[in-house]
Amino acid sequence: MAHATAETTAPPTPSPGAGESILSVNNIEVVYDDVILVLRGVSLEVPEGDIVTLLGPNGAGKTTTLKAISGLLRTENGEVTRGEVRFMGENIANMSPEQIVRKGIFQVMEGRRIVEDMTVVENLRLGAYTRKDGAAAIKRDLDMVLDYFPRLRERTGLAGYLSGGEQQMLAIGRAMMARPKLILLDEPSMGLAPLLVKEVFGIIRKLNQELGMTTLLVEQNAKMALGAASYGYIMESGKVVMDGSQADLLDNEDVKEFYLGGGGEHRKSFKNLKSYKRRKRWL
Amino acid sequence: MDLFFQLLINGIIVGTLYGVVAMCFVLIYKSTQVVNFAQGEFLLIGAWICWSILVQFEIPFVFGFLLTLAFMAALGIFIQMVVLRPMIGEPIISVIMVTIGLSIFMRAFSNWVFGQDTVGYPDVFGTSSVNIGGLQVQPAYLMSFVISLIIMAGFFYFFRYSRHGLAMRATAFNQQVAQSLGISVKQVFAMAWAISAMVSALAGVVVGMVNGVSSALSFIGIKVFPAVILGGLDSIVGAVVGGLIVGVLENMAEYVDGQFLHWGNMLTIAPFWVLIIILVVKPYGLFGTKDIERV
Ligand SMILES: Nc1ncnc2c1ncn2[C@@H]1O[C@H](COP(=O)(O)OP(=O)(O)OP(=O)(O)O)[C@@H](O)[C@H]1O
Ligand SMILES: [Mg+2]
Repeated sequence: MAHATAETTAPPTPSPGAGESILSVNNIEVVYDDVILVLRGVSLEVPEGDIVTLLGPNGAGKTTTLKAISGLLRTENGEVTRGEVRFMGENIANMSPEQIVRKGIFQVMEGRRIVEDMTVVENLRLGAYTRKDGAAAIKRDLDMVLDYFPRLRERTGLAGYLSGGEQQMLAIGRAMMARPKLILLDEPSMGLAPLLVKEVFGIIRKLNQELGMTTLLVEQNAKMALGAASYGYIMESGKVVMDGSQADLLDNEDVKEFYLGGGGEHRKSFKNLKSYKRRKRWL
Repeated sequence: MDLFFQLLINGIIVGTLYGVVAMCFVLIYKSTQVVNFAQGEFLLIGAWICWSILVQFEIPFVFGFLLTLAFMAALGIFIQMVVLRPMIGEPIISVIMVTIGLSIFMRAFSNWVFGQDTVGYPDVFGTSSVNIGGLQVQPAYLMSFVISLIIMAGFFYFFRYSRHGLAMRATAFNQQVAQSLGISVKQVFAMAWAISAMVSALAGVVVGMVNGVSSALSFIGIKVFPAVILGGLDSIVGAVVGGLIVGVLENMAEYVDGQFLHWGNMLTIAPFWVLIIILVVKPYGLFGTKDIERV
């Protein structure tokens, strides 16, 4: 039934790529505390093996969308009240985060959220908490992750004392330890110096190319995100207002003006003037 | 001087036991944010249950003891699920009132069922004392000391290396982060109470073997407060150190009082005096943590 409503009310969403969708979010509505309506019909597709990005200004609902997928919404008294979240064919909307992690979706939360009073290795081992394939396999992955992030290998103290960039790498590494089928990254560039942002995005691309890590990437840094992703969605106030392939979005005059800075002479028509004002705040 | 060393050794032995109970207290506080005023009653109930199984069924000690552990694990989980889970999100003071109520209930229950007299355990060890460096130590005391050390090593291993131990620490750090890693917070809470109840019962059985079982066992729960507050409420290592300090202080106070002061009763309250002094100097306790702040 929910699917039927999705067909009729959602704006038609062109399929992002050629690959099979591993995740498809169909016209979901999310409510916090039973009354605060935050998402009003969001739909998106993530094809297996791709990087898809979700862009938009502060408060657009990007984090809420990720939490609706990972089930963490629950921990904040939020709920998917309409639509469905299909992961490998199954509707996982409103399942618990424990169940969803076991199904293969791992969210790296905004602000990294590593366990500060644990060491790097303990944090990484925690990432493998739900795995059942034995200590040897986990040990192998631990070595692999540390090979991807050689800086972390040298850090033997508590993770809380790592630099921001190192913490972000640890958070991504911890996600890899779960061997997820889909990884949700929430603003990995937040608070990092430009050089570190480059490094982190380099790693995201590398993980995608070498390990085939399917990624849904939420970003404020549209330039970096569109550099890595093959497809992008743009959200504003709880809705997807635009989507397209990397090339389409990079070419689009509105996107250039509002999300990439510069370009597009005197255009104020992207959504309305409000988002124009917003631009300075978040680009 | 002999008496001095004898009391010092007693203090260390009793102190490690306090340390064990303090760890159990900290385990619950750290992972579930509940201040458990019924910790001492876990010792009491555990010791009585084990005693009655042994006396009633006359089965070998090991089996009786394992049965006791199983019972205590179930009791811990039951209390967590039925009594404390509904209290999640309630003000701290309400939760404290609930655990105080729990402690009164459990004490009254055990007085009712098992009576108030002190009874001895069936002899597991001989009574003759062992001579260590010229000092007489009862085998039961030695056993208590060794068991305490083994439990401490077990805790260390559990929290450092085991998957569930790491999950508990992650939950203690931040419940949402733990959930994002696929950890079930409910399961961690239940596990914390189960482990805490089992290990406390073990301590209760040990004390029961040394001193006999009576309602006085639950006072250990009260002795443990200065220990955990000294150690800083959220530190397992601090709990051990705090327990040792309280044990040694108690015995030293007895020594000083018996030899010189003759004030009487100084024995029981000395740890509380030191507690006040330490809290004035270090409000987070000796090992308590504030959040890590990167500089
Ligand atoms: N736990 C919550 N309870 C109530 N409202 C919430 C909650 N979390 C988010 N919101 C509201 O939902 C809206 C979307 O928030 P969300 O965090 O999803 O935005 P975002 O796109 O991730 O923004 P940012 O770029 O600032 O991270 C905001 O108006 C916010 O105030
Ligand atoms: Mg956000």
